[in-house]
Amino acid sequence: MNLTALQERASLNHQVRVFFAERKVLEVETPALSQAGNTDPFIDSFSVNTPAGLRYLHTSPEYPMKRLLVAGSGDIYQLCKVWRRDESGKRHNPEFTLLEWYRLGFTWRQLMQEVADLLHILIPHLQKPPRFCSYRELFLETVQLDPHVATEAELSACARAHAINIDGDMPAQAWRDLLLTHCVEPQLPTDQLTFVYHYPASQSALAKVDTFDGQRLAERFEVYLGALELGNGYQEQTDSAQNRLILVEDAHTRGNDIPVDERFLAALEQGLPECAGVAVGIDRILMCRMQVNDLKQVIAFPWEVA
Amino acid sequence: MATYGSNDLRVGVKIILNGDPYTVVESDFVKPGKGQAFTRARVRNLKTGRTIEQTFKSTETHEGADVEDRDMEYLYSDGENWTFMDSSNFEQLDAGATAMADAVKWLKGNEKCIVTLWNGVPLQVTPPNFVELKITQTDPGLRGDTATGGTKPATLETNATVKVPLYMEEGEILKIDTRTGEYVSRVKA
Repeated sequence: MNLTALQERASLNHQVRVFFAERKVLEVETPALSQAGNTDPFIDSFSVNTPAGLRYLHTSPEYPMKRLLVAGSGDIYQLCKVWRRDESGKRHNPEFTLLEWYRLGFTWRQLMQEVADLLHILIPHLQKPPRFCSYRELFLETVQLDPHVATEAELSACARAHAINIDGDMPAQAWRDLLLTHCVEPQLPTDQLTFVYHYPASQSALAKVDTFDGQRLAERFEVYLGALELGNGYQEQTDSAQNRLILVEDAHTRGNDIPVDERFLAALEQGLPECAGVAVGIDRILMCRMQVNDLKQVIAFPWEVA
Repeated sequence: MATYGSNDLRVGVKIILNGDPYTVVESDFVKPGKGQAFTRARVRNLKTGRTIEQTFKSTETHEGADVEDRDMEYLYSDGENWTFMDSSNFEQLDAGATAMADAVKWLKGNEKCIVTLWNGVPLQVTPPNFVELKITQTDPGLRGDTATGGTKPATLETNATVKVPLYMEEGEILKIDTRTGEYVSRVKA
């Protein structure tokens, strides 16, 4: 237990609430235990046995917050604990705090600016303005390869050329993820925020996809400070059929171990207003604010001693 | 033998990789926001001592290596094998020249060593950090020359050669750091 970390967290939470109060964004709460879970193939939920059947601890409050947007809540934010199985390390704790918010009528570019405004308040030592850079530009800059056109063989050859030892075959996207985490992220500047945008369409999740320079790309961004990923934002996909398709495909990829959230999908059929949304990791922002390099230094009782 | 998922590859876990036993020296969980998770590790080959960086997919499983460290006493050698005894149960084991490697230079008998066993067979022998050995041959000393800081080679009773200060004489006993192979100090007889 580190008293400074507790005080910094309390003051950060206060700054977040002031920021959104000034911008007339409503603080909301949604259930942490749901009947349906996140079907993303790379995120695993904890399940809890209840008298009412199996429930899932949310991995982000995305689905119920979008149900509120459909119901007419207007701009909303939530500061809450979320849980992700098997994510543990210097930058991961299976239980962590997320700040998620949605802005009606915003484009993802406007939202990036708002994220930058907030992060510059929460991490006061940041002086330089943020850098905005596409996924493609970053790959070209650091590994001299166009991630959208490179084949699986070219991506794996590039990884080996950068002395990454890994056994076996992987799909092209896994090679991109490997190059991103091993080669690209470590090169990101530590004295300014980097916004990375235009991810491959396969990485869209529930973001809109559009054609740019002949490539199908997701209107999605991530924000980093150094190699530390702080948040992930979308131009939210408002087409309910497209949302259903993604959830059902993801559930199938997972082997249908998680029920698709039908209440969420039914709400979207009523019409999700055009909006942009983002989630940022509060514990990691606290790491940046306090300039420490292990998540354990900002969490009162990390997973191992919880 | 146990199997480990990539998330279980914590420091000190021993696994088989490409047929050889490895120990995890460092490991970190990396995952892009929406993508595949990896365990990025540094692992040391317990046969060669070489450390490499290796990345594992989160979905992989790894066979555990049946490796244990045992405190054993060095007894004697017939030139091909070096015999060690576990003083808790008097069990004896023979280590070959590959497992002995540099350890042969420092052992004359009765030293407490760490014998690393893989599937019950000695893989590596770690001598005590410090040993005391007698000089059997060295050029005549320059008596009183304790200031110039020069060194000369000296052969020890185990046939190892180390660099010693110029004033050291045959028959004197040295303290050696086996991790660096360097002279530490003179031992008063």
